[in-house]
This record gives sequence, structure tokens and C-alpha cells, in this order.
Amino acid sequence: MDDFLSLFREYNIPAAFWVNIQLTFWAAVISLVLGVILVMMRISPISSLRGFATAYVEFFKNMPLTIIMVFMVLGMFGQLKLSFSDNFDINFFWLAVTGLALYTASFVCESLRSGINTVPLGQAEACRALGLNFWQSASQVILPQAFRGSVAPMGNTLIALLKNSTVAAAASVTTETSSVMSDMIEFHASQILQIFFIFALGYVILIIPIGLLTTYLSNRLAVRR
Amino acid sequence: MNPQSNQESSVLFDQPGPHGRKMIRIFNAIAAFLIICLIAWVLMRLHNPPGGEDQLSWDLWKPALDYEAWADFYLPGLWMTLKASIVAIIGSIVFGVVFGIGRLVPSRLVRGISAVIVEFFRAVPELLLMVFFWRWFAFAGISSPSYWAVVGGLVLYNGSVVAELVRSGVGNLPHGQREAAEALGLSPMQSLMTVEVPQALYAMLPAMITQLVVVLKDTALGSIIMYTDLLQESRRLGAMYFNILQTLVIAGIIYFVLDWLLSRLAERMPRLMQRRTWGNTVAEPTAPIAIMDATNANQIAAAHEPMPFGGAERQFPDHYHGSNATTDHWQHAHYNHGHDLQHPEVHARNWDEPLRDFARPFQTKPKRRDGGAGHTTHTDSANGPQGDSRSA
Repeated sequence: MDDFLSLFREYNIPAAFWVNIQLTFWAAVISLVLGVILVMMRISPISSLRGFATAYVEFFKNMPLTIIMVFMVLGMFGQLKLSFSDNFDINFFWLAVTGLALYTASFVCESLRSGINTVPLGQAEACRALGLNFWQSASQVILPQAFRGSVAPMGNTLIALLKNSTVAAAASVTTETSSVMSDMIEFHASQILQIFFIFALGYVILIIPIGLLTTYLSNRLAVRR
Repeated sequence: MNPQSNQESSVLFDQPGPHGRKMIRIFNAIAAFLIICLIAWVLMRLHNPPGGEDQLSWDLWKPALDYEAWADFYLPGLWMTLKASIVAIIGSIVFGVVFGIGRLVPSRLVRGISAVIVEFFRAVPELLLMVFFWRWFAFAGISSPSYWAVVGGLVLYNGSVVAELVRSGVGNLPHGQREAAEALGLSPMQSLMTVEVPQALYAMLPAMITQLVVVLKDTALGSIIMYTDLLQESRRLGAMYFNILQTLVIAGIIYFVLDWLLSRLAERMPRLMQRRTWGNTVAEPTAPIAIMDATNANQIAAAHEPMPFGGAERQFPDHYHGSNATTDHWQHAHYNHGHDLQHPEVHARNWDEPLRDFARPFQTKPKRRDGGAGHTTHTDSANGPQGDSRSA
């Protein structure tokens, strides 16, 4: 038991989780904005915007996140000299956030699109009958219902994003959970099981409330038909 | 399954008139110009990055593309990636079927243990699992620890996703399947194993192939724990010639092509599989299935159900179809919501009947109605059509 508690004294485990939560938060905000823009492009009557959004979503949906993260650090920063800050830690953090956000935006777009699929055709036909144009019908009738219908997949995307934030290890963010866990196991090999369960349970505790909230909200907000 | 899924763009706007067509053409040209500008800007930036060298020069691309690169780096790496994926997918199907059935058997103890295992491995990030196994196998002296760590991490996570697919596949079968099996004298376990699970497996095959895309993508996590997969090999090649951007682009293209082909296959599968099962075959191409199984596939299905007179009112008594894992009798929810047309207690609304008399809402005497979907006549029970048939 003493050994177990000394793990907490030696390593700041909550700080590691806090890094992941920060990564998740910023990536979620940016990818939500990007995702809404993408889904608007995808349902618009303008074919070039539709094609661009489709290409973006297909590209990031079929690309491993790890390769995007490695690319952000070794390609974008290493070879193209794109950097957010002179401080290495801050720079890698924001490179990781950018990679996560670009990747997750395609899943946000797909979630919203599946939300649009939950809006019956009759709603759009009624909009047309009332003489609303594309922008009016999208912003006032279709998208509000689509947002309500896409709460569940959006919650899934958020959970996946939280779990994916560990992949920031590939973008040289060394203070996040998977890197810290790897370090701890290296120096405390005899306590490997305890260390693993600390981190695993940390994620279970973070994820269960998101799952419950998602289910509650999707039941509460869904449009009764 | 989703006939509108490729048409939602056309849902939102009317067939444009001459003015509308002109506006669309103008905006189209502007948007195309902006996109071309964006691509040109990226290429300019690649050609002349501030403080870096020209990334488009052939000196950097040649070592990333020549015979040596393919023979010594990409193809061996790709083989390692595929090897781990194939072993992982087989392992996760076995794991998923075992624990998926474990969550459905009558025994409460087995159900509980399976539920804890499945929910735990769905919540833990794969990378943590892989790092744990990697360190553990290395200490235990197993040869090639990173390979088995990648396989182990992939099997536990994806296996638990498959377990949920099996469970929701059985849950979404029409209730009549189980009732017919029980009427024939099969025990609940026999009905599960011979009638329900086989149909659930067919129903889940498309989603399974979507999961294969996830497996293939997630093998790239192995490069973090020193597994020499495609990503790791391309990093090594890039480190030799200082052209890691170029080698990563090539590796990315290989991953993209493989995953894209698998995704297309997953989209074609539902039609092929639908005639072998009474369940719904949905590729579910959007969300990664996470804890609590909160997909909105059911809602999408409800929105696509035919409505009389172009969408005024639903033909069947219905309310929200949430995640089937959350409602109490979740296995029966689908039928309770009126989607199992075979069930005698579900009846379509009779449109010849006059509208309900709202002046007398507390009508006590149940009214006889005709079953609209070709069923025998049915007496409306006190708790209405949405009531649980098991209490009747």
C-alpha cells in the first residue's frame, strides 16, 4: 500500500489527465467549428464546396490519427518550420491540438450529417412550400433538428476524441497520460498492474459521465416524431 | 438502408430557376477559385517554406519513391501492418462473439462479468493497453513484445466493439424470431445460439468491415511502441534522407487507399447481407461505437419510414428510438415502438377511422380496430399499443 501511495507522490497523475482534458477541450471546440462549416458546405447547392468537403471528410476519415500526429511534428514543424510558439512544450501541445482537431472535424461532420438524416423529408418539403431559401431552411428548420438528432453520435465522437488524445504521445507531448504511464512502468516494473489500473480507471471515470450525459441529452433533446 | 443518405443535399433546396442557376454558377466559380488559391498557397509554401528547403524538389521525392524504398521499407512495413491487422481481426471476432453471447445468456452472473469486461475495454484508450502489454511482455521475456502488444491492444478494444455489435444485432431482431423459436420448444439458450446469434452475425457483418478500417488505422499506433509497421518504416526511411514529409505522404496514401477500399466494401455489404437476416444491416459508417452504444441508427431508420400523405403523421405509434442499450427492456424496445410489423399486437393506424373524439379523452371502453397491416382484429388493451405485450 505504501508503494502504491508513493506512486502518487512521485508522479503527478492528475496533471497528466489534465493535459489530456485540455487537449480534448481545445480540439473539441476547433473541430466543432470546422465540422459545422464542413457540413454546411456538404449540403449546399454549390458543387465545388460539396466536393471539397467530401474530399476532406473522406481523407481524414481514412487516415490513421498517428500518421497525422507524426506529420504535424516531423513534417509541419520539422520540415515546414510551422510553429506556434518558441517554447517546445507549448508548440507540441498546439500541434497536437491541430492534428486532433483536423482529424475529429471529419467525424463531427459525419455525425451532423447523420443528424440531418434523422430529419424527415417532409420538413424540407414544407420549407420549400413556404418559400424559404437554402440558407433559411437550413439554419431555421433543418440544422436545429439535425443538432438535436446528432447528440448521440457527437457524444461518441467526444469520447473517441478523449481517448485519441493519448495519441498526442506521437506528437511529442510527453506530459500526457500514455507517456507518463510508460515512464512509470519503466521505473516501477513490479507495480505494472497497479499503474495500468490507475490510468485505465481514470479513463473509465472520465468517460462514464460523458456517456450518461449523452444518453440523457439525446433522449431529452430528440425531436419526437 | 438509407435511400436518402446521398441525397440530403437535394432535400434542402428547390430545383433552381434561371436566377438561382445563375447565382449557383457565380458562387461555384468563386468557391472553385478560392479552393484553387488554397491549393496553390499550400504548394507555394511547400516550394518555399520560410527557413526551410524546397519540399517539392525531386532530390527529396526520389528516395521516397524509388525501388529501394518500396522493397526495403514500405512493403515490409505494410506486411507487418497487415499481419497485425489480420491476427487482430480474427482475435477480436472470437473475443467479441464469446463476450457478446456472454452478455445475452440467461445467467445473471455471466452477463454481469461479460458486461464489466466489455465496458472496461471499450473505455480504456488503445494506446494505454498497447503500452501496458508492451512493457509487460518485454519484462516477461516474450519474443517480439511490440507485435503481441499491438495485437493484444487491438483484440481487446475491437473485440469489445464486436461484442456490442453482436448484442445490438440480437436486440434489433424482430421479437417474433425468439417467440417462434420458443414456441417450437427451444430453450432460451438454444434459441439464442441457433436462431438469434446467426442472424445477428449477418446483420453485423457490414459494421464489422467498418471496424476493420478502424483496426487497420489503429495498427499505426504500434509505431509509438516501436513496432516496425508501415508508419515506423517510413519514418526510418525519412530519417535516412531527411525527407520524412515525403515518406509520410507516401505511407499516408497507402493507408488511405486500403481504408477507402474497405469503406466502399462496407457500404455495399448491407444490401448483400439483408436477405440472410431479419435484422437491420447498417454499415454505420459514421460514429465510432463507444460506451453506452448511443448510436442514432434507429432514429435515422424512423425518419426514413414511409409516412402517409407525404409526411404528416406517422403510421405507427412511435416515440423516440434511443440507444437500445439504455431502455429497460431494450431487447423489446424495437417491437414496442411498433417496428415489428410481424407482431400481432402492433397495428397500423386505421386511416378510415374518424379522428379520435377529443371532447371525451377519458373514454373507458376500449374500441375494436382493424389491424391495418393485414393482421387479425385486435382489442386495444388498456395501456395502449405501446404497452409491453408481456404484461398482457
